[in-house]
This record gives sequence, C-alpha cells and structure tokens, in this order.
Amino acid sequence: MDAAQLTQQMINGLTLGSLYALIAIGYTMVYGILRLINFAHGDVLMVGCYFAWFGAVQFGMPWYVALMGAMVLTAALGVLIDQGAYRPLRHAPRISALITAIGVSFFLENLGLVVFGGRPKAFARPEMFNHIYQWGEVRVLSLSIWVPILTAIILAGLILFIRRTRVGMAMRALSRDLVTVQLMGIDTNRVVAATFALGSALAAAGGVFWAMKYPQINPLMGVLPGLKAFVAAVLGGIGNVTGAMLGGLLLGMAEIMLVALLPELAGYRDALAFVLLIGILIFRPTGIMGEELPE
Amino acid sequence: MRLQSLLKPGGLLQPGPLPPASQSRRRDTLLTIGACLFAALGLWLLENHASGYVVHLSCVGAIFATLAVSYNLINGVTGQFSLEPNAFVACGAYVTALLTLSPAEKEASFILEPLIWPLSAFSIPLLPALVIAGLLTAFMAFLMGFPVFRVRGDYLAIVTLGFGEVIRVVANNAQSVTNGPLGLKGIPHLTNLWWSWGLLAVCLFFIVRLVHSSYGRALMAIREDETAAEAMGINAFWHKMLAFTLSAFFEGVAGGLLAHLITTISPTLFTFFLTFNLLIIIVVGGLGSTTGAVLAAFLFTYGGEWLRVMEEPMRILGWDIPGIPGMRMVMFSLILVVMMIFMRRGLLGSHDFSWRWLAALLGRRARP
Repeated sequence: MDAAQLTQQMINGLTLGSLYALIAIGYTMVYGILRLINFAHGDVLMVGCYFAWFGAVQFGMPWYVALMGAMVLTAALGVLIDQGAYRPLRHAPRISALITAIGVSFFLENLGLVVFGGRPKAFARPEMFNHIYQWGEVRVLSLSIWVPILTAIILAGLILFIRRTRVGMAMRALSRDLVTVQLMGIDTNRVVAATFALGSALAAAGGVFWAMKYPQINPLMGVLPGLKAFVAAVLGGIGNVTGAMLGGLLLGMAEIMLVALLPELAGYRDALAFVLLIGILIFRPTGIMGEELPE
Repeated sequence: MRLQSLLKPGGLLQPGPLPPASQSRRRDTLLTIGACLFAALGLWLLENHASGYVVHLSCVGAIFATLAVSYNLINGVTGQFSLEPNAFVACGAYVTALLTLSPAEKEASFILEPLIWPLSAFSIPLLPALVIAGLLTAFMAFLMGFPVFRVRGDYLAIVTLGFGEVIRVVANNAQSVTNGPLGLKGIPHLTNLWWSWGLLAVCLFFIVRLVHSSYGRALMAIREDETAAEAMGINAFWHKMLAFTLSAFFEGVAGGLLAHLITTISPTLFTFFLTFNLLIIIVVGGLGSTTGAVLAAFLFTYGGEWLRVMEEPMRILGWDIPGIPGMRMVMFSLILVVMMIFMRRGLLGSHDFSWRWLAALLGRRARP
C-alpha cells in the first residue's frame, strides 16, 4: 500500500473514530453515574436520525437546523426513557435495570419498524459534505474532513460544559459517590436527566453524521454502532469522558486499518470490536484511562 | 393474577412446612414416572389427532422450554447474567445439520465454495449427530468460560453478547463450512414430538437433579453472594463453568433439533434476537425457577401465536383498525419492560414445583 492510500485510510479511520467517540460519550457518562449499560443508546441514535430525516427531507430544513432539531428532540427522548423506564429501578438490583435497558432497546427498534417501516430511507448528503477534495493521489470526501472537525468542536464544548458549569460539576461529583452527593442537597434525578439529555443529543449528532456517511437509515441501524461505541467506551476506561473519545478514535482506526491491511479479513471487521473487548477485559479491565476496577 | 402472592406464607398455594425429602423419595419417583407416561399418552394423542400446525407449535414449545431451562441454569440459578445462547444454538444447529445432510445435498447447496473435505463425504443419523453437536457446543462453552468468567456483572453480559455476535460473523464468513449468508438448506425434517419432548424430559431430569444436589446449592450460593460462597470453600469459577457447559450442551442439542424442525438455517436466524426471546421467557417465568421457565416457554410459544391477532385488521366498537405488522414484537418488548418495573420476580419468583409441595398442599386442603 502506498503513502497516498495510507493517508486516505487514516482519514477514514479518523472519521469513523470520531463517530464512535460521539456515541461512546453517552454510554460512558450514563455508566459513570448509574453503573448502567444503556443498551438503548444505539436505538436512541436511530430515532435521532429519523428526526433529522423528517426535518431535512419532509420539511426541507437546511441540514444544520435539522441536526439541531434532532439533537433537541433526541435529548428529550433520552430523558423520557430515563424517567419512564430506568428511574423506577434506581434502587433495584443492577441486573434488573440492564434487562430493562435491553427491553427498551428492542421496543425502540420494533416501534421504529412499525412506524417508519423496514425499508431503508435515503439520507441525502448536504452539498457541503458531498464533493471530493484531491491532493495529488489522495482523494477524500469532504464529509470525512468535516466530521472530525465538527466532532472536535462538539467535544470541546462538552468538556467545557463538564469542567466549568454547575451541572457539569454535579455530574462529576455524582460519578464519584451518588449517595453522598444526594446528602449534599443536589437533586440527583435532574442531574441524571441532564446526563441522559446530553448523551442522547451527542448520539443524535453521531447518528446524523453516520447516516450521511452511509447515506441511508433504517430502524436497525443503531445496533452495531451502539455496541461498538460501547466497546470504545470500555476501551478508553468506562466512566471517563476523555477515555471514551480516545477509545472511539482507536477503535475506528483499528477497524479501518484491519480492512486496509488485511483485505481478506474484511468480513470479520464487525467481530474485531468484540475480540478487542475481550482482550481489554482480560489484560486491562480498567481500559486506557480508567482508574478504579469495574465491580 | 400474581402467582407470587399465592405462594407467600399464608397464601392459597402455600402448604406450610414441607416434610423432609427422604420420607417421600420412592413415592416421588413413582409419581414422576407416572407423569411421564401420562405425558407420553398425551403426545401420542397429539401426534395422531392434532393438526400439523399444533404439532409443529408443540415441538417449538418443547425446544424453547429446553433452551429456557438450560439458559435459566446459568442466568437464574447461578445468577451469571450472560447473553450468549444464540451462539450455542447456532453452533448446535450448524454442527448437527452438517453431520446429517447427505453428501449429494451438501454438494448442491455449497455453490460459492465447496464444503471442506471430511464433512463433505459422509452423513450420520440424527442421534449421534445431536450428541456430537452437544459435546462440541459444551467444549466451546468450556473454552469461552476461561476469559468470560474473569469478569462479573454487566461486563459478563456484554462479553457474552460479544461472543454471540462473533459466532454470527464467523457463520457469515466461513463459507467453506457454513455456506455463508446462504445458510444450509434441505435439512431432513427429522424432529418430531418424541424427539423434542424427549430432549425436554432428559434436560429437565439432569438440570433438576443438578439444582437439587449439593452442586446446585453451591450455584445458588454463588448467585446470592459470590464472595461469601468462596469464603465457604466453594470454587466459584469451576461451579460457574459446570453450569455454563451443561447449559451449553443442552442448548446445542436443542439447536440441532431446531435445525431439523425448520429445515433451513442461516446466520440471520441466530442473532441477538433469539437470546432476547429466551431472556423474556426466563424473566417472565421468574429468574431461577425451572418450572417458571417451562411454563413461560409454552406461554411464549402459544401466546406469540395468539398475539398475531394484533397484526390482523380488526373491528373494535365500530372502529376499523388496520393490521399493523410488527406489533407483536413491540408488545413483547413492552411486556419485558413492564415486568421489570412492576413484577421483577416474574410469575413464580424462584419457586419450583415438587411432588412434596403438591402432596403437602393437598394434605392441607384435606384437613382444614
């Protein structure tokens, strides 16, 4: 493989990695606070894509308005799921909440199949993302350049939010010790709701970029990105936002490089994430950035 | 109606303290044999007088009951929440199908890449094929157990889910063994009522015996508190491994029977969706209750058919409601969420049926 191809694949890896990072944040934030694997996260992403699709295609909004609208609506959906399904189980055994999350995930998928239909819908790429840049041998779709840039902006905003605002501070405190924080007079339910809103909005953003990358959406599209983003979150050290970003980038890079360097294994690409996961859990269960042991 | 409340102390179905098991062992064995003969008579009637549809459903029900009982052994009894039965069912189904398909049939269906040599040349009868499939699946579980049981809790769930996913990817890609996405066709329709119910009986025999042995009590101790169990001298790892491989064996065999019931298998059949269905079954039945798993499996099989009504057009109070395909699954997932929120312990909690319990209950009824 020559240098041009390698550069091209690196950019692809960076793009895919940014998407995983955006989605992984939602997992890692919820896990950090509630110790719950939110299985429904990938399906929340799918619903977000449909919101954006309705905005862009049915109502003819420009893509950034549709994206913003989708992020707001998806955030509301995230809060709704938390309040409706997870909140009654806050003090139940953790496995019950996990089973509920699986139930919510299937509910969203099947409701999506009923409401939106099983046939994939075309998700038109906006003009801005649809032309091809060319430097010498390297040809890159403009989307592949823009996605990492936009992701970086969103994530910088997120980190500022977590570090500088009161809600962000409450989130950090909550992930340390939920009970003590409650004693300090912080309304944990509102902070948890804010976490779900934030995570879901980021998932919607990731989902919309994902949909532009493979320009179509269907009700089951969230399953695989969701699972892989979870692996990315574990890879980076679950509960750690910076770790989730790193893990996402690493996983995206690894997947693209596997296909680029060993094309005969391309079919096994979807298995790579899980093989990696098993490897991490055996050799370094805390991930790259994690501090405390899970469990 | 909540069966659970009836089983509480003072409830309608609560017979009070049971006599020691040693007093009634002979009677219980006789009763069990009697019940089996009775069930066999029922199957004979079903086979000769019921429609093909009912017979098919009963086979599916028995296979799902086997799957649920063995899945419940690791998830409910041992309390290790894992999400991999689709991998084991897939393994069992593929191995059995590859062993029983005739060489001519194999040559006809492997279009893209021929089947690798030893498998392409022979075929064997169903029974040895099932045993080999079960043993291979158990061996796979044994190998899986080493990495998998290093983690606990929700990590265990996600790692086992990952294994299920990997198996599906392998089935899709290892074309010279699994025929890739095309799957295997023309598997002989060998599964009948006797095979499926026979397997259920064998599975119940082994698993109930295991649960009621000292091993079973150790498994439950691990479920309640792993650290405490280890402190009492129970080797948690090998006990989990025992439950895991045994449940994999039966899941593999049941997968083999499933393949010979539906006669066509492909990787899409063994997605996480299958695991999800089994999970609903054991949660509805009550995690840890073998009786509950069997009940819920049949409820799921027959109830799933009744719920088809929801997908057909109907008229309620003069309103025409068009049929909405897919509503069934929406209902199933809602049921799971609602069950988890409002009746987390399922239909039976962790209670189980036993002859002692029935006898004591009847005794109490007779002497008010």
